[in-house]
Amino acid sequence: MNDFISLNQGSGGKQTHELIDRVFVKRFGMDGPLSDSAVLKESGFTLAFTTDSYVVDPLFFPGGNIGKLSVCGTVNDLAVSGAIPKYISASFIIEEGLRTNDLVDITESMAEEAAKAGVRIVTGDTKVVGKGKCDKLFITTSGIGILKPEMTHISTGINIKPGDKLIINGHLGNHAIAVLGARKQLSFRTTVSSDCASLNHLINKVLQNCSNVLFMRDLTRGGLATVLNELAGMIKSGIILDEASIPVDDPVKGLCEMLGFDPLYLANEGKVLIVVGAGEEKKVLEILRSDPLGKNSEIIGEIIKDKNELVILNTSVGGRRIVDMPTGDQLPRIC
Amino acid sequence: MRMRYIDEFRNKDLINKLADLIHKSATRDYTFMEVCGGHTAAIRRFGIPSLLPGNVNFISGPGCPVCVTGTDFIDKAISYSKMEDVIITTFGDLIRVPGSISSLEKEKASGADIRIVLSGLDALEIARSNCEKKIIFLGIGFETTAPGTAVTIKQAERENLNNFFLLSAHKLMPPAMEAIIKEGVRLDGFICPGHVAAITGSSIFNFIPGRFNLSCVVTGFEPSDILQSILMLIKLVNQNTPKVEIQYNRAVTMHGNSIAQRLLNEVFEPCDTSWRGLGLIPLSGLILKRHFEEFNIEDKIPSKIINQEDNELCICGKILRGLETPEDCSLFADICSPENPIGACMVSNEGACNTWYKYRTVK
Repeated sequence: MNDFISLNQGSGGKQTHELIDRVFVKRFGMDGPLSDSAVLKESGFTLAFTTDSYVVDPLFFPGGNIGKLSVCGTVNDLAVSGAIPKYISASFIIEEGLRTNDLVDITESMAEEAAKAGVRIVTGDTKVVGKGKCDKLFITTSGIGILKPEMTHISTGINIKPGDKLIINGHLGNHAIAVLGARKQLSFRTTVSSDCASLNHLINKVLQNCSNVLFMRDLTRGGLATVLNELAGMIKSGIILDEASIPVDDPVKGLCEMLGFDPLYLANEGKVLIVVGAGEEKKVLEILRSDPLGKNSEIIGEIIKDKNELVILNTSVGGRRIVDMPTGDQLPRIC
Repeated sequence: MRMRYIDEFRNKDLINKLADLIHKSATRDYTFMEVCGGHTAAIRRFGIPSLLPGNVNFISGPGCPVCVTGTDFIDKAISYSKMEDVIITTFGDLIRVPGSISSLEKEKASGADIRIVLSGLDALEIARSNCEKKIIFLGIGFETTAPGTAVTIKQAERENLNNFFLLSAHKLMPPAMEAIIKEGVRLDGFICPGHVAAITGSSIFNFIPGRFNLSCVVTGFEPSDILQSILMLIKLVNQNTPKVEIQYNRAVTMHGNSIAQRLLNEVFEPCDTSWRGLGLIPLSGLILKRHFEEFNIEDKIPSKIINQEDNELCICGKILRGLETPEDCSLFADICSPENPIGACMVSNEGACNTWYKYRTVK
């Protein structure tokens, strides 16, 4: 690693993994695969526990703000582990000079989103730092959820086998493009809204009606490509994707072409990848599509046997290529 | 509703028909050079090699501006970034290119004020709001981006901005293509850069069939554009009738964009410049004309950087000349990767090594 931390090490791709492995995991002595939530087994209960920091710039963007994001993100990290999110903590690092009204609006969004998701914000902390010591407002939320014993396999994907299907609940890339569009330095305006949403009710509907959900992960920083590469490594198998079936809406597609982005690598804040046992994919799809947060759901690929653990894309024009982990990122602070 | 002007050019039936025609027409071995990094990226991203017969080969040319930018340019930018009261403004791609001992990214992490902009005009805005500092814009790119820099310089002059400067690595495409042909690279034709030609017109490539008997097809960036161009090139080779044709006729004419050309000629003049991998090519660079020299940072503060040798195992130079492919390099994917680039071709999204790495085609 270099002598100084660079922005690339926060992009969610290879360099972030390297940083986490070499600095944190080594010293904190974590074992087992790193997933969105830790699964804690204590005298009869199984809990899921997660934490996440939010530094998005700007604080307000079409479809949400840093407060809404900080609740949705933590709720989703718990929900994709198969847990029912219950309690959230919220810590605020506030830069001197932040408008009080902005803080009030952001906090109201948090309360509203927590009520919608059915979680309670029960503890927190506030620090104010001098001007220039942080950028307006950073929020850290942690969350606790209850995990039924029959759901503990979901965060590791331990039961996945070749032939199992991959489903996502809608269009990719809207969050990243919405945040980018909200930044004043970019000379374009867009109608794209962030997909920022709590997915716990949608996921719960699927889990209550389907017995063969094998893995879930939210497609945040690093996008679908990162999650699939992590999954392939975790389960030591390959993944094949069908580009034509991956939903990307037109404004996002157009902006990606213009700016040279690949939607597979863009961040989302209301998208989940679900791996489901072969045979149950249509039922899951039907449940997802009956909900507004899943109406554009699609089956996008399947697990294959491949000792090289590659993610392969059948391109929309009939070619084939590898989808790798992203490296570097020129879009810092989108979440 | 489907996306206009994107989906039409990615229509699978159309692609299959074109691929089919190429399979039928390709009666010998063909090697085409895609000059532009945008084409290298599109060819890999859409998996085009897997659609073509084995006797149609691509080699990547010198058309990624980041890749051909010399180590000395990065070293110069770094040396300016270390001076007091300087803000370096650059396109994002350049920030990770290795210089001889550091990169702009590493300098930024250790405290230099280096900011990513999307155009020269964004750099002007930084100059307006930081009057006490010197703002240096790193101008890179070919005939495509140089007119944008010309507009920026003219605007800076109009506003009497005396704290805005250019460090130019702008380059011209035709001299590099000529240098490659003269290297003796075995080629059957060029997939010519569509965006360069949108500015210059296709006529700047006329010397290639005229003097070197090679065909050129000015090509768009969608998969059907590229396949159609390959078919056009194969036909021209089969008929032995070398000429310049325009496939990308929705954007390119024979004479190009006269306003952009006028701006470019008003602000810049050709100069000798060195290309990573190709060495010094006479009159292949662009330098500010005398009238605008007050904006040239190298005039204002001459830099003392001496040209350094690149890593001796790195074969970017040979790749840029079409003599080798990324997979021929002993550093490729093991030691040199996008997160730890040794050569510039691994840095840019349009660099041959970067796109080969990212979009490895499944055989």
